[in-house]
Amino acid sequence: MHPFTLERPRDLAAARASGAQAGRNDAPAEYIAGGTDMIQLLQEYVRRPDRLVSLAGLLDDRIDVGPHGLRMGAAATMADVAAHPAVAERFPAIAESLLASASPQVRNQATVGGNLLQRTRCPYFRDVGYAACNKRAPGSGCAAIGGENRWHAVLGTSEHCIAAHASDLAVALVALDAVVEVQGTRVSRRVPLVDFHRLPGSTPHIESVLEPGEVVTAITVPAGPVAQRSHYVKLRDRASFEFALVSAAVALEMNGDRIRQARVAVGGVGTKPWRLPRVETALAGASLDPAALRTAAALAADGAKGYGHNEFKIELMQRAIVRAIETAGSRA
Amino acid sequence: MDRDDSGREPDGVDLTRRELLKATAATGGLLLVGDLLPDGALAAIASDPDATIAPLDVRLRVNGADHRLTLDPRTTLLDALREHLHLTGTKKGCGLGQCGACTVLMDGKRVKSCLSLAALAEGRAITTIEGLAEGEQLHPLQAAFIERDAFQCGYCTSGQIMAGVACISEGHAGSAEEVREWMSGNLCRCGAYDHIVAAIQDAARSSTAAREG
Repeated sequence: MHPFTLERPRDLAAARASGAQAGRNDAPAEYIAGGTDMIQLLQEYVRRPDRLVSLAGLLDDRIDVGPHGLRMGAAATMADVAAHPAVAERFPAIAESLLASASPQVRNQATVGGNLLQRTRCPYFRDVGYAACNKRAPGSGCAAIGGENRWHAVLGTSEHCIAAHASDLAVALVALDAVVEVQGTRVSRRVPLVDFHRLPGSTPHIESVLEPGEVVTAITVPAGPVAQRSHYVKLRDRASFEFALVSAAVALEMNGDRIRQARVAVGGVGTKPWRLPRVETALAGASLDPAALRTAAALAADGAKGYGHNEFKIELMQRAIVRAIETAGSRA
Repeated sequence: MDRDDSGREPDGVDLTRRELLKATAATGGLLLVGDLLPDGALAAIASDPDATIAPLDVRLRVNGADHRLTLDPRTTLLDALREHLHLTGTKKGCGLGQCGACTVLMDGKRVKSCLSLAALAEGRAITTIEGLAEGEQLHPLQAAFIERDAFQCGYCTSGQIMAGVACISEGHAGSAEEVREWMSGNLCRCGAYDHIVAAIQDAARSSTAAREG
């Protein structure tokens, strides 16, 4: 690890003030909470902050499910959210996405706030032996375009970066209209998750709308019939403890045997958690007939672009969507 | 890296695994063998010579005993346990959260100690493999691992046992399929999985019987 000072502030206000100050050589301070992704990146010299500001013990970790929906303090662990009975009952896609993530140990350590901010698993980003990575070293190029890119994104890519967003939870949350609560040094704000992450464009090193010093303090999800009939499908190279090649989160409100309204998002394929409004529109009023579902899911491929090794994802994500809808739709 | 028939590295570097481990331990895990890394990597990981790190006073509670340590802030919980408290039962495998050899309990929950900074583990009750037995009386899962011959080289074993203890206390040790899913964070390169699963199921059954008896 690059040398850093570790600050353990007394309260969140002190942490925000400290986090807003640039470090030496204007390098930004970094926050650490659960630390499961941060320590990997520190160990590999991918992140080299001079100052690390700990959020341990400063953030809310409560999980509340009420008439209005779900509220997770940012420090709630992945394991505690997954094991919450009301989350599993009323927001099944959230619990399923968490139980399909990482390992039991990591789920005990990692927070839901940090989960949204985890960095990509692009092997070129995570290996400083490769000089070219616009996300790690802006302006250096992209080794994945023209390299081994079986794991990379097909939606939201740019000529500067094709790294996929790695979170399973964020895919379920974006499908369920989650909102991220953020506190800065002066103001607090609520950001819809769909607007929280940024497309890579020409600045792939800037991944979210967070300003220096801002901290994710909570995530909320509205309640409703759609959330209750939700499902997460994850497809990967091994059965457990692996990141998604492709995943799909769907949520349905049924009207008899027809879909009244649908929410659909995909993971492993987008440079950010990827909502599919055109697929949702096509599903409204549709039956669960496989041909109808396939026709709607085909709209997911609009604008998708393969890069050689990852083209299979364009077809696979459509099948994942169909599978997820069939499972959610047939639930009692 | 390719090897020629002599088993030596083609460029003349001839490090045994033990020598390499010693070298990397002495440098805090940082490889300093230039031939093993491309130039770009060395430039990228070169530390700023002006950097100064204030050591931190850290209190750790491990296996019921309190310890006061003065640590570089970069010290992981794993390295604090092994290198400072000399509790070497907890093993260092990948150092990146992938293998599970470093699994310990924190406030009764299983965690990967390589993914935790020691300074941020203050106030938490840490349990390592050394804290599992009561005197000469092995923990039931330790006994089950012996009974089921659930290891070959033994390097992953302490992590497997710590994760298995948690797997049982969480109530995730029913069917073999359930055990495999909930033990997926612990790799065994010898492939002793069948015996590990059997040992965890044995211990889970005996703890259920003890509770109900």
